[in-house]
Amino acid sequence: MDEITEGMSQVDCDILVIGGGTAGPMAAYRAKKKNPNAKVILLEKANVKRSGAISMGMDGLNNAVIPGHSTPEQYVKEITIANDGIVDQAAVYKYAQNCYEIIQELDNFGIRFQKDENGDYDVKKVHHIGTYVLPMPNGDTVKKALYRQLKRARLLISNRYMATRLLTGKDGRIAGAIAVNTRNAEFLVVRAKAVILCMGAAGRLGLPTSGYLYGTYENAANSGDGYAMAYHAGAGLANLECFQINPLIKDYNGPACAYVAGPFGGYTANNEGMRFIECDYWSGQMMQEFYNELQSGKGPVFLKLNHLADETISEIETILHEVERPTRGRFQINRGNDYRHGMIEMHISEIGFCSGHSASGVFVDDNACTTVPGLYAAGDMASVPHNYMLGAFTNGAVAGEHAIDFVNDVDFADIDEDFIAAEKERVLAPTKRTDGIPPNQIEYKTRRLVNDYLQPPKVTRKMQLAQDRFAETREVMENEMVARNAHELMRSLEVSSIMDCADMAAFASLFRTESRWGLYHNRADYPERDNENWFCHSLLSKDGDGKMTIRKKEVDPYIIPIEDDEKDAYDKQRVKAQA
Amino acid sequence: MPLAEQPSSVPVVVDEGKCIADKGCTVCVDVCPLDVLRISDTTGKAFMKYDECWYCMPCEADCPTGAVSVNIPFLLR
Repeated sequence: MDEITEGMSQVDCDILVIGGGTAGPMAAYRAKKKNPNAKVILLEKANVKRSGAISMGMDGLNNAVIPGHSTPEQYVKEITIANDGIVDQAAVYKYAQNCYEIIQELDNFGIRFQKDENGDYDVKKVHHIGTYVLPMPNGDTVKKALYRQLKRARLLISNRYMATRLLTGKDGRIAGAIAVNTRNAEFLVVRAKAVILCMGAAGRLGLPTSGYLYGTYENAANSGDGYAMAYHAGAGLANLECFQINPLIKDYNGPACAYVAGPFGGYTANNEGMRFIECDYWSGQMMQEFYNELQSGKGPVFLKLNHLADETISEIETILHEVERPTRGRFQINRGNDYRHGMIEMHISEIGFCSGHSASGVFVDDNACTTVPGLYAAGDMASVPHNYMLGAFTNGAVAGEHAIDFVNDVDFADIDEDFIAAEKERVLAPTKRTDGIPPNQIEYKTRRLVNDYLQPPKVTRKMQLAQDRFAETREVMENEMVARNAHELMRSLEVSSIMDCADMAAFASLFRTESRWGLYHNRADYPERDNENWFCHSLLSKDGDGKMTIRKKEVDPYIIPIEDDEKDAYDKQRVKAQA
Repeated sequence: MPLAEQPSSVPVVVDEGKCIADKGCTVCVDVCPLDVLRISDTTGKAFMKYDECWYCMPCEADCPTGAVSVNIPFLLR
């Protein structure tokens, strides 16, 4: 069981899509639909049937731009303001213009969206300004419906293969990827004319308060492999200091979820049962107020539903306990909790990278192109901010449709056999040792250090100490880590991604000497926002000598102007004191 | 340094009377995002081999005989 066999095989394709969660299947599907003769391979570390953030479905669309309810222009404005202005609007605008067509496509797949008595989409208001939240009454079927379409399109799916590094040609163009089977450690070299990375968030970066390594907010399979692979291939990564931190059910560590409960009248409250934030939409500013209340005498924070009618609570309960994270119901029963009788204790998540909720991602333009020719990224790991599930679908489609045209004009880039041999050696090194430190201990220590030194409020000296401790732990990882079978080998590769992400998180956070995005980049020793010096992206990459480097990148001129009196709409999150 | 074996109570429980892994079923093993389930060489039934669970539930939802149940891991219960 899980014995290491060490074989090696090679395949060629036009497009390699890595990651079979949300963005990946849509990218592969749309590429194949546009050119049915193309060879498209979808590679997945787990199994496409149930992989990724939407493994058990989703309760609704959090950012649906639907004619008659909101406009693309209004959405771009909202997302720009929610991100303190640091947004390249072209990608957000394209998403906002394309997402309605994707909703209709998903509707055709058999995924139902809530409609009112007139047959119109029943969109709810959760954001500060516009109306974009659309419930999905059979949201548990998303993955099944998607998988059916992939089978029908005759896509080539390779499950249980974990990509470890991208291949680039001498000209810097993408050449393919190396992957290793998670059950027997056999290698697969895939030559491809274009590669689309859809590998999800870096969700195993911070350690949950429970101390359980896999009790993460994100699907624990999302260990930041895409961020690490893009980095090592020389791609730029944007605004990594804008961490993901989300509100959640304490200990359970999944969403509470105020987006579902909000439109029914539920809200986030302090220990007095009082509302303290104006708007439950997740932004850094909202998270800062959440954090302030947690730390105050009015903490901790709770989800309050017990003022609602019994049938309303039952409706919310059905959604929360059947879709997305259905074990929420079991958790509440174990605790003896009932939404009708008390409030549910909430907390904040461990830190991570995830553009789905914040803005930290591999830099992409409005065609989902990264800074490496032929390499694309979409979903939680690409830099389009606040893009959620619908953004993963929509930008996955953008990537697939652009890549399929790109491969028409190019041939395979050369692959470097020496690089492949060296990578095989790197990957298998932990299996060649008979004793040493196992991956789970290296992971625990790294993530404990992330909590101790990188969690906001961020402090310069603490982050420098983190870099020292990470370097020591990396030394152990590279020279002493031991894996006894193929499964542990997968974990050891994930630890390597986690370590890279921890280094990038510290490096990017130290670079931006101001505070921005509320709690996400709250620097205790630089408490003010500094628009004069820092109204820009940060772009982290690996330089020619293999060293981490970072620079400022201008924010592209706005397509949708933001008026001066609109800029601070997201800064006014706290409920004003009652007279 | 040598490795120790540490006990850990696992959250996924399989009812061996209902499990049909010995008839060739591998559904729960296939769908697990963390790849923590295996079929036992000795009993022929599915079991949780690695304590690395996201308590997400595809194993339970997709099991054709209702043999699998997912509990909340003790550390966060």
